[in-house]
Amino acid sequence: MSMIIVKPGLLTTVQDLGRYGSQHFGVIVGGAMDAFALRIANLLVGNDENAAGLEITMLGPEIYFAEAALVSVCGGDLSPRLNDRELPLWKTIVAPEGSVLRFGPARLGCRAYLAIAGGIDAPAKMNSRSTYLRAGIGGWEGRALQKGDRLPVGAPREAGKKLASLLADEAQADGVAFSRWSVAPDLLPAYTPNPEVRTVAGQELALFEEESAERFFAGAFKVRTDSDRMGYRLSGEGDALRLREKRELVSSAVTFGTVQVPPDGQPIVLMADRQTTGGYPKIAQVASADLPLLAQTNLGGTVRFRPVSLQEAQRLYLVRENGIRTLRSGLERMQASGNGRVQADGKR
Amino acid sequence: MVKLEGLAGNYEKYGEVEAKLLPLGDSAVTVQLGETICRRTHDRVRQLAEHLERHRFPGMIEYVPAFLSVTVYFDPLEALTGLGGHVDTDGQADPLGVVADWLGEQLAKLENAAQTTPRVTEIPVCYGGELGPDLPEVAATHGLTEQEVIDIHTSADYLVYMLGFAPGFAYLGGLPQRIATPRRQTPRLSIPAGTVGIAGDQTGVYPIATPGGWQLIGKTPEPLFLPDAMPPTLLRAGGYRPVPAHLPG
Repeated sequence: MSMIIVKPGLLTTVQDLGRYGSQHFGVIVGGAMDAFALRIANLLVGNDENAAGLEITMLGPEIYFAEAALVSVCGGDLSPRLNDRELPLWKTIVAPEGSVLRFGPARLGCRAYLAIAGGIDAPAKMNSRSTYLRAGIGGWEGRALQKGDRLPVGAPREAGKKLASLLADEAQADGVAFSRWSVAPDLLPAYTPNPEVRTVAGQELALFEEESAERFFAGAFKVRTDSDRMGYRLSGEGDALRLREKRELVSSAVTFGTVQVPPDGQPIVLMADRQTTGGYPKIAQVASADLPLLAQTNLGGTVRFRPVSLQEAQRLYLVRENGIRTLRSGLERMQASGNGRVQADGKR
Repeated sequence: MVKLEGLAGNYEKYGEVEAKLLPLGDSAVTVQLGETICRRTHDRVRQLAEHLERHRFPGMIEYVPAFLSVTVYFDPLEALTGLGGHVDTDGQADPLGVVADWLGEQLAKLENAAQTTPRVTEIPVCYGGELGPDLPEVAATHGLTEQEVIDIHTSADYLVYMLGFAPGFAYLGGLPQRIATPRRQTPRLSIPAGTVGIAGDQTGVYPIATPGGWQLIGKTPEPLFLPDAMPPTLLRAGGYRPVPAHLPG
């Protein structure tokens, strides 16, 4: 079983949820920028949440399925089409033998995630299949996909096979099937081109001039065009953000969503391919629950940071995780009952 | 106005260990073990790292030791469930607090770990020219000649305090103050693998091409990141490493 890359798109990479466990060697986590979308896509095809899928950026690829496949596309809306049909996001889909997946204009967000039952069977490097572009390791030959790449797909799990059989009834004349089940709308992040992300104080917030700290949480910041999977470089409308006194910090660990401010006073939000440690003062930390909003913000988009308490950030995290658990158990119940005409969130 | 929220804003005593626990967002806690880079704090950091290598809590993902701290990453839901915290979405659940309590208990148990014998790694460096474009600026900053900067940089023994920033990137302690130089105002977008730099009183080698803000003084042909080996890095925390230099040609 394999899928063939007919056109690679702008930046299509193999990603799982990241390369955890080697950060103390300085090896970055990487993985999907919008980890939520990849997790859901994997659940919808019966995979482990951490299975490798494709991260598709802005201009999508053209992919040929030599054999029938159970797939799901989640995250940003890059106008996916299967053969000549518009492909709905956040659903389970049967792509029959010989079908072609294409993408069009980015309607919302900038990263779509394709999961396929069985996962992309790229060799694991340091316990992950994520592509680490800068080091040229992991994923598919350590690089973005190219025309002619033939990606091997693993054997579907029992859950994937059951989901496929539930979809048999839904097949159209050409063999394409879209699930009736989908994801509860209130579980989905409120993707928007110019998001406001909920943010807690950073470890060095107190080192900033009060005026700078207030401006950071009140202002709008543009995502500069030299931003990438490692970090979003932001530029604010007003002056540079300033420390109370100039000082060199001792480097310490950072994480996804850490907002650091280098001496030029323009903040950088660290993203999936962030370094493991940093020496710039950390003004803020984006709540985990809102990282998908940031991951789907395109170059040139505007981000605002809304301060929330740590308690609230933790609550948002648990609400999101509870929602994912509900979806997972809904899918499991559906597989057990053999009835695919219920919502995956368990509601009829 | 937003305020810096710490789980504990000040150092507290955990048995023999003084530490400050700071949240790094909602899924990580930084255990700060001192304020200045020194051998004593480094030893504490290594003790805690070695302890976490043997003792883990449910939901613990990994830890990252740094100069003064060890940061522990975790899955909040698994940590809450596994450590017996209040699991609910009513705003009362506090995974960070539960993890901080666990870390506090571990800090109180820290024993003095056996010191491993320092391993010495020699790294050949070509200084200046295109390979070290900031060497003239570093020299000018201190009123030294380029050769004097090279001599000073190669005369010292360096301690690998931590790996971080990039795979196999070692933060080395022991840079002579006479050539300590602040980071650049704006980071460069790409620095070639093997480049040797200075930032404040730190020095180090970039193992892969990456953006960075260090002052670049030279380059080594030696690979520092070995993705197919275990451990995947040439340098490892805890040893002294002298850096002898060889000029090009």
